[in-house]
Amino acid sequence: MSAFSALLVRDLKLATRGGGGAALALGFFALVATLVPLGIGADLALLAKVAGGVLWVGAVLAALLSLDGLFQGDYDDGSLELIALAPLSLELASLAKIAAHWLSTGLPLTLLSPLLALLFNLSPGATAVLFVSLLLGTPAVSAIGAIGASLTLSLRRGGLILPLIILPLLSPAVIFGAGAVAAKLDGFAPSGALGLLGAFSLAAVLLSPFAAAASVRLNLSG
Amino acid sequence: MFDQIFNLGPYSSFIWPAYGVSALALAGATVWTLAAWRGAKRRLAALEDQQAQKDKP
Amino acid sequence: MQFLFRYANPAMFMRLSGAVLPYVAAAAVLTLAAGLYMGFNVPPDYQQGMTVLIMFIHVPAASVAMSAYGAIAVCSFLSLVWRHPLSDTAARAAAPLGAMFTALGLITGALWGKPMWGTYWVWDARLTSFLLLLFLYLGYMALWNAIEDETRAARATAVLALVGAVNIPIIKFSVDWWNTLHQGESIMTGDLAPVFLWPLLTMMAGYMLLFITLWLIRIRTAIVERRARNLMQRA
Repeated sequence: MSAFSALLVRDLKLATRGGGGAALALGFFALVATLVPLGIGADLALLAKVAGGVLWVGAVLAALLSLDGLFQGDYDDGSLELIALAPLSLELASLAKIAAHWLSTGLPLTLLSPLLALLFNLSPGATAVLFVSLLLGTPAVSAIGAIGASLTLSLRRGGLILPLIILPLLSPAVIFGAGAVAAKLDGFAPSGALGLLGAFSLAAVLLSPFAAAASVRLNLSG
Repeated sequence: MFDQIFNLGPYSSFIWPAYGVSALALAGATVWTLAAWRGAKRRLAALEDQQAQKDKP
Repeated sequence: MQFLFRYANPAMFMRLSGAVLPYVAAAAVLTLAAGLYMGFNVPPDYQQGMTVLIMFIHVPAASVAMSAYGAIAVCSFLSLVWRHPLSDTAARAAAPLGAMFTALGLITGALWGKPMWGTYWVWDARLTSFLLLLFLYLGYMALWNAIEDETRAARATAVLALVGAVNIPIIKFSVDWWNTLHQGESIMTGDLAPVFLWPLLTMMAGYMLLFITLWLIRIRTAIVERRARNLMQRA
């Protein structure tokens, strides 16, 4: 098993063990999907219109919950130093961590979304678009989130700053993702939005490991 | 020209607050910046005096 | 590059900035005065009354806000890649000013929007990415304050600033793609009549000069404060 997959599997195990990130994120996501209708009223037509945006924001916030632990655990017990010194480049290690985070958070959120879309009276076609958009976009959340996680390493209250730092950077994903659903609802093809979302995600996943690794290095050397 | 200033037409209730906020913000920033500078200079001068006292034979 | 490093020495910077500052400050005051005079002597528009006056303080604020972030990005690059010592001080000093100009741009924009387009706020490309710019500033400042070790803070915030800089065009594009209501680039397309253009350009210059003045003073203040800290540690 290559070093990359070994790290990925290890992080996955850590994330899912002990009722870790996935369960918490799913619960949060479902709660948001429940609270918003309570807040804005049960008008089903209205709910269908806002479903894309609400569920996208909910998914992003839910994925954020487990982000500050992405590097923190390893930093605290010294494993991060070992990872940095290992033959596997820190960039690839970061990519492995991002992948593990997505598999344990973004993917489950995506899989839950059709069920929550039911609560919002979203049509089957639009739900399919929502599903695809989350599938394409949640990797960007994990990737850009990793940058925030590495920047806020070793901060005592880093958890509070992390959302402030990365939510603005995630706005294109929300815009394109929810935009695809809205396009579908308005009778347009969602492919433009989905294409842009895919491009954004791809760029994020390819470039974030470099920024994250650089941040980890400066935190280790300081 | 002063006639122009005080007769800004139907939208003066937007123009005045806009200028007011801007003036306040820019003046405030200037005052704050200058005050911080003066405070820093004062503190440095005091510390340098202390240092000079210590270095006296 | 050597050129830049010659001025990296704080003592040299203090000398140079001290020499230049009075002129920059004077230029700022004069330009702003001239711009205001020109602005208030502009003829009223039959439709929009004198609301163009707000444009004279909105567009300059917005352009300084964006330039300040650009300056932070450049300083961050210099700080990270060439370890230019004064760069992170300069970047940190610029941030509160940039944030203030962004907030000012948002407020004046809202006050301009209501009479012009009937609404205080609209989720179009310019306004939305401008609002996000404010959050980028706040996050940047928060990160500086949160990390205790100065060297680490300098590098972390530099990374953040650069990531933000890369994202800004993407954000702008994404919101643009989604919605456009904001007025087109009248300066670029030359749609703005000369009688309005000159006051606007003057005000833009004045705002920029004011920003540079305040920025230089803040960098000088930071250098003095560091000297004081060093003295205190030796005591």
